[in-house]
Order: sequence, then C-alpha cells, then structure tokens
Amino acid sequence: MDAETGAVAIVPEPPPAPVRAAEPQGGGAHRRRAGRLVARYVLLTFGAVVVLLPLYLTVVNSLLPTTQLTRRPPPFFPAHPQWRTYATAWDQGHLGIYLRNSAIQTVIIVLGQLVTSILAGYAFAFLRFPLRRVLFVVFLATLMVPFEVTIVTNLDTITTFGWYNSFAGLTVPFLATGFGTFLLRQAFLQIPRDLQEAAALDGYGHWRFLTRIAVPLARPSLAALGVFSFLAAWNQYLWPLLVTGDNNHIRTVQLGLKLLRSTNLQSISVSLAGTVIAVAPLLVLLVVFQKQLVRSLTAGAVK
Amino acid sequence: MTTVAAAPPASAPRRGGRRRRVREAGLGYLLVLPAVAVFGVFVFYPFVENFRLALYETPPYPGLPSHYVGLHQFAQVLTSGAFFQSLLSTLVFVVMVVPTGLLLGLLLAVAARRRLRGMAAYRVIFSSTVVTSVAVAALVFGTLMDPVVGLLPWLGIDPRPPILDNPTWALPAVAVMAVWQFLGLSFVLMSAGLSSIPEDVLEAARVDGASDWTVFWRVTVPLLSPTLFFGVVVATIYAFQTFGQIDILIGPANAAYEHVNVLVYNVLTTLQVNRTPGEAAVLSIALFLLTLGFTSLQLRFLERRVHYGR
Repeated sequence: MDAETGAVAIVPEPPPAPVRAAEPQGGGAHRRRAGRLVARYVLLTFGAVVVLLPLYLTVVNSLLPTTQLTRRPPPFFPAHPQWRTYATAWDQGHLGIYLRNSAIQTVIIVLGQLVTSILAGYAFAFLRFPLRRVLFVVFLATLMVPFEVTIVTNLDTITTFGWYNSFAGLTVPFLATGFGTFLLRQAFLQIPRDLQEAAALDGYGHWRFLTRIAVPLARPSLAALGVFSFLAAWNQYLWPLLVTGDNNHIRTVQLGLKLLRSTNLQSISVSLAGTVIAVAPLLVLLVVFQKQLVRSLTAGAVK
Repeated sequence: MTTVAAAPPASAPRRGGRRRRVREAGLGYLLVLPAVAVFGVFVFYPFVENFRLALYETPPYPGLPSHYVGLHQFAQVLTSGAFFQSLLSTLVFVVMVVPTGLLLGLLLAVAARRRLRGMAAYRVIFSSTVVTSVAVAALVFGTLMDPVVGLLPWLGIDPRPPILDNPTWALPAVAVMAVWQFLGLSFVLMSAGLSSIPEDVLEAARVDGASDWTVFWRVTVPLLSPTLFFGVVVATIYAFQTFGQIDILIGPANAAYEHVNVLVYNVLTTLQVNRTPGEAAVLSIALFLLTLGFTSLQLRFLERRVHYGR
C-alpha cells in the first residue's frame, strides 16, 4: 500500500480552496495544510490497523507452531509459517465438502432470488392487474417480518415437506425477496417510455421485451442484488444450523467453523486456518464487486 | 411463456380491449406467483401460525399432546424473570452496539472522504468487515479473547473467569465483535451519506471562518441526519438479530449464559432445548413487536423512493 509513505509525497489536493479571508497567504497556511494532511493519514492508518488487526492476527496465529502461540509478546509475524496447518484444517474440518455445500446453497438462492425478483418486478412495473398495488405493499411488508420470527413454524413446514437435511430445506424459504423485487421494479421503471413504444411497434411481446431490453438495461441493479444475495446467503448461520442436523453432505461452511472451533491449544491454529479459508473467497468478492456491493447496501439510505 | 408473446408491452393503443386486458392481468399474476408462493408459505403463514401456537402449551413430558391454554401462556412467558432478563440483555446489547458502530463508521467515513493517494485501499479495508460472517467473527474474536493465547494476558490482565464465561463481561465482549463486524456496513452507509453533501456547502462554511470541528457538528451532521437516522434503523435491526457469536462462543451450558440470552437465542433454545414451541411462539411475537418500529421505518425509507406511477 503506497499510503503508508504517502504523507511525505504530498499529493495535490483537490482544487485549492478559494482564498481564505482570515488566513495570511504563504508558508504558514501551506505548512498547516501539510500538517492536516499528515494528521489525516495518521488517522486513516490507525483506523485501518484497528479494522484489520483481528484478521491479521488470525492469519498469523493460523501459521504459528503450537509452541509459539503462548509466547508473550505475541509474535506479529510467523517466522516459520506452518502451511501444513491449512491442509490439516481442510481435511479435519471437511472444508472441501462444506465449501461445496455453501457454494451450491448460495448459487441456488442467488439465482432463485434474481429470477423471482425479475418476474415480479416486471409485473409490478409494466403490467396492469387488479390488486397490483395491494400486492406490491404485501411484498414490501415481508421486510417487516424478520426471518427469526418465523423459524418455529418454518422448521415444522420443512420437516412436513420432507426437506429436513436437504438443499431444498436450506434454500427454498429464501427464493423470493421483497427487497430484490423492489430494487428491480425501480430499475424497470427507469426504462424510457419511448423505448417501450418502439419495442411495441417492432412487435416485441412481453417475453422478448423482458429478455432483450428490460433485463439488459437493469444490469447494474441485477448485479447489486446478486452480490447482496450472495453475501447474505453465504454468511447465513441460523437457518442452516436449524435444518441441517448432522449431515455432512448438506452442512455449510459456517457450521463447519462452529465445529472446528476449539480452545484446545493443539487445535487453535487449525480452527483459525479454517476461518481464513472460509472468509478468503468473500474478501476477493469484496475487492472485485465493491461498487455493486456498496450500491445494494445503500439502497434506501440516500434520498 | 410463449403464449404471452403477442401482448405488446406498455400501454399501446387499446385495440384488443377486454380480452387483452384479461391476458395482461393473467400474465401479471403468473409472474408474481412464484414469489407470492414463497412468501405465503415461509413468511405469512408462519407469522400467523405464531399466534395460534402461542395459545397451546406443550407438557413437560415428551409424547403428550399439547393443550389449549388461551392467553395464559402469554402472561406466563412475558412476566417471567427469564424473559425480563432476556429482554434486558437484548436492549443493553442494542445500546452498546448501535451508537458505537455508527460513530466509528462515521469517523472512518469522514477521514476517508477526500480523494487522496491510497484512499481506494483504505476504503476497501474499512468496508472489509461487511463480508465477514458471524462464525468468522466468533472464531477471530474467540481467539483474541482467549484466556491463554488471547491478547488480555499479554496486556497484563488476567481475566478470571475468562471473559466469555464471565456474566459481567460476556455480553460486552459479544458487542465488541458485533461492532467490528458492523463497522464495514456503517462505513459504507456513512460514506454514501457524506458524498451526497455538496463540497461547496462545506467550503462556504470554512470560508466564513468556521473551524473543522464547527463545520462537522453544525453543517455535516445536520445535513447527514437522514443517513444517520437510516443508520440507526439498520444498526438496530442488525443488533436485534445477533446471536450466532453467542451460540458458537458461549452456549447454554456456560455460566454467563443467562446474561447473554438475547431474544433470538432465547427463541432458539426454547424451541430446541426446552422443546416448547408454544413458548417459542410467544417469544417470536415479542421479538416481532420489538423490531416492528424499526422495520417499518426501514420500509418508509424504501417507500420514499417508490414511484407509484403507471
């Protein structure tokens, strides 16, 4: 990161502020400005250290040999990284299969949410039918029922359907989303009327209009919803805990971490290596899709 | 899907008349049907079913049928000391997490506002905790708070009993993890809010001689108040739903359990450990009512952006 040394190589700030009436021009103001810049970087770097330290120490501890874990002061860099711990975590923690399960679960939920949101969003944006507004309000009302409130009966329902310990049980309750429908309806409503009329003149039916025009134009919103659902699905804890019992072929990686957790000195590094393995894919996701992620997280925040 | 291809989109000149409208309506219902089915079965039915279940009591011995007790169970559960303790823990937790999480997020957002060299990297770092799961946070902080390999013994503090087994400190410890985990979202929200404040407004205040401190409190914060308000709502909902760290790090057998038994966890243990679905249903209703104010506010934020046109 070039920022650590950045304070010295002063970067031209965005357009120099218009003359400050109260301040004498020249050296003093300049020095003060430089001082503030340094202060800003100090604050930024301090913040970054605080935010990253827990993850950093996790990586360090995962690589330390057991004998060094208790050393004080704690080693802040692994002199002899024990890469083998990662192989152990992978095998002992069944991480291969758990990651696969998480991937399956997540893909089903993301695709399902995208499809149901596109369909319903399209209906709410372009079609006239009785009770349309009422139904839209009903969709939004689902946001007022936290999932935690429904688990008592949902667990029964899943068992009745014979979906306990199955991917159906893990995913079907999440195949529709009020938030996603809302997001896509908004995106579809942005499509210019002229475009719709032109498409109608060209003989486009709803299906062709949806697939060739509406969905491609709504791509930014689709990406935002996709990233958001991915994150929510991958990180789910409560529901997988309830419906997967002790079946290794369904368990997700989050539950795998619970099983891998240990306060036993011999296995702490292993459990931390597992943690790093579980979070790494998401950090990659963050870096690649930051824009989409921010977009979905702030929906509703800014007027 | 092919059958619908003939109907033109939008409101083209009305020829087909009635028949066309019926077909359009039919298509509309067809398209919302999948989502309606999921919501019906997994949101609205269980929501209503809570109220029915709450009227039935499960006898303490397995195998016996549950019997109708009416509102008695509501009274029994909601006036119990355990419920009071659970409610208290939940509220204390919310109060610990929400202001801290938002304030720290705001601080980072203000610091990262200017476009300076390296800022993109700082932004990624500050938002990074948004992708961590509760299980990840639990294992990361579980180790940092460990009585043997954790940071406290190194700092010369010998926590006894260990923080996570300590009735006084277990809940604040979980709050620390929750704040850290929430920091990413908080930063993202606050940054978005800050970027909607025009730079020239702040510059105007500075030209008038206001110090950074004054500009922040008198200009930035008031202009940011819609975002802060939204942040409070989101953070509160988030805090109310927290329980995974407690499940992983503390659990029902722990000495600190009673003090960390927040509502969601209470629902879960009542359902899975005590196996009394009626009581769990009462607790679920209580949880719903407690979050209702915040979730409906969240909805208002979304709704403000709804065009009811067409």
